[in-house]
Amino acid sequence: MPERKRTRLAAERVADLIQTLAGRGYTVIGPTVRDGAVVYEEIADAQDLPRGWTDRQEPGRYRLEPRADGAWFGYNLGPQSWKRHLFPPQTKLFTAERADGLFRILGPEAERRPRAFIGVRACELAAIAAQDQVLLEGPFRDGLYAARREGVFIVAVSCTLAAPTCFCASLGTGPQAPGELCDIVLTEVVNGADHWFLAEAEGARGAEVLDRLAAEPCTEDDSRRAGAAVYAAAQSQTRRVDCDGLREALEDNFEHDRWDAVARRCLACGNCTMVCPTCFCTTMEDFSDVEGSRAERWRRWDSCFTATFSYIHGGSVRTSVKARYRQWLMHKLATWIDQFGTPGCVGCGRCITWCPVGIDLTEEARAICRDGNDGNTVA
Amino acid sequence: MSSERKKKPSVAVVKFASCDGCQLSLLDAEDELLAVAGAIDIAYFPEASRAMRGGPYDIALVEGSITTHEDAERIHNLRRQSRTLVTIGACATSGGIQALRNWKDVDEFVRVVYATPQFVSTLKLSTPVAEHVPVDFELRGCPIDKHQLVELIAATLAGRKPNIPTYSVCIECKRNANVCVAVARGTPCLGPVTQAGCGALCPAFDRGCYGCYGPMESPNTGSLAAQLRVMGQSDAEISRAFRGFNAWAWQFRKASEEHERT
Ligand code: SF4
Ligand code: SF4
Ligand code: SF4
Ligand code: SF4
Repeated sequence: MPERKRTRLAAERVADLIQTLAGRGYTVIGPTVRDGAVVYEEIADAQDLPRGWTDRQEPGRYRLEPRADGAWFGYNLGPQSWKRHLFPPQTKLFTAERADGLFRILGPEAERRPRAFIGVRACELAAIAAQDQVLLEGPFRDGLYAARREGVFIVAVSCTLAAPTCFCASLGTGPQAPGELCDIVLTEVVNGADHWFLAEAEGARGAEVLDRLAAEPCTEDDSRRAGAAVYAAAQSQTRRVDCDGLREALEDNFEHDRWDAVARRCLACGNCTMVCPTCFCTTMEDFSDVEGSRAERWRRWDSCFTATFSYIHGGSVRTSVKARYRQWLMHKLATWIDQFGTPGCVGCGRCITWCPVGIDLTEEARAICRDGNDGNTVA
Repeated sequence: MSSERKKKPSVAVVKFASCDGCQLSLLDAEDELLAVAGAIDIAYFPEASRAMRGGPYDIALVEGSITTHEDAERIHNLRRQSRTLVTIGACATSGGIQALRNWKDVDEFVRVVYATPQFVSTLKLSTPVAEHVPVDFELRGCPIDKHQLVELIAATLAGRKPNIPTYSVCIECKRNANVCVAVARGTPCLGPVTQAGCGALCPAFDRGCYGCYGPMESPNTGSLAAQLRVMGQSDAEISRAFRGFNAWAWQFRKASEEHERT
């Protein structure tokens, strides 16, 4: 295993990091403020980063607020995940054309721009790993995903702050960004004028970029302080999912009053699945034009909360919102384990914040498992 | 699907109580208009052409709600003359904004507004076409989306199912990378209970959804109303929110009545 290269990077060097990556031909995608939230979009330089902003999150509520300490990465997670860039919400799979007595299939055109992602959190690395497992490592390899995923340069940022909706610590997916899957891991330490990054290179490509940034050697004390900041973020998390026996408990409580109670609140709007960084379900739509000479097949993100999701010949299998919510929660925390060996939840908390009525899967899971099926659990 | 179709289907575009905006969506579909005009035989479309032929028609596109005795008769005749009858727009599918009168005394309006009220004959209610005759397909919206209309026509010509989703606006909203105005701004939004199709237009412009596509497939208006109250909306405001372009759609109607101050 190659040694991790650890350095100390002055705070302003973030700008050089972006320029260096851009100079190497990468399209740089990173956090930026748009429409009242931090979103992941193409950024030109460090000016685009959400410096001076933080987010306040609770179930069903998100607000940006200014922060005075000039932290570059002083926020947690916005509504979007990197899924948008690796597995886009709508993709044209092919076009079919009929012309001069011939029938031709065109496309798809795989996207092969070299891209760099800046500001990937630990839970998001875990989510990318989960999607890799589904889309690359399973029996059906998704060529379009593979093309987008290949060669992405990833700059991860460990969290030194946790939103009240975060629960990565209980799932072991954060807040410390692991070295796997990324090229550089940054930990931002900001304490008044004392503002710097612990920068760790993972592999030759990351080390080579760090070498260009005039990084200084880092001391034991630097490492310790950065680690302490991440540890504090883990300690501050108030939500958790206890994985021990969770799958069995959910399976044993397939009929439980709590499913009815949550179905009364759930809008079946699908927001939770759209923002979830691991949800991978899609639907196919075939179009033909008015003349009947051209057809297209599109793939779009789907959600197990829609009626058509479980449609098979003759009707939908999951007609009630109760059945759909149960599908969602069971897939995230139980049946995903049957399929892939790990939970399908990385603890990012997006489904909690971006649920318009603030339904919290950690609370639902706990109520269903803790209380058994005694019926005395209605919210 | 064949490129040499034997006979072009005859199409009638027929108006009832409405503003004409939905019919105009067809004319507004610049890119596809010529293709559509070439693929169908426009038999009746007074708004846009000289075509005024009588039925029968292969396809009738019906705009507008039923508000008069004559129209209640006319829609039955049209149904008898049409192989496929498609309603387009909030007026035809739910009664439209004019259904607000359904909570009021129409005779009183007539007396107040018209100089010679005895010449005005109207029904007490503005109702959707489907309350009068069987409807083969409903295209929602106030106005409808031109892409959905072209998709419906293309699908009908090809004999395939149209791609017209019935799930929430939120799904389109998230696919389009809008930031949720309800969660991030506290703006009341009907997107979670409203059918998709507009491309989440209002949230894209930082406004809440007004519900102009009507109720989605499983609208939980009670839960959304409870959340609107948490966001600071009064009962009267919640009632008004549901009482818009699709006020008479039963799920919205029920929600608006539940929050009405008596
Ligand atoms: S289930 Fe919720 S908390 Fe878990 S990964 Fe998905 S969005 Fe994040
Ligand atoms: S939770 Fe639902 S949308 Fe997400 S991956 Fe599972 S089945 Fe698909
Ligand atoms: S849990 Fe929340 S976000 Fe998910 S479908 Fe239900 S109401 Fe929508
Ligand atoms: S802005 Fe409205 S439509 Fe969009 S996700 Fe939020 S609640 Fe749904």
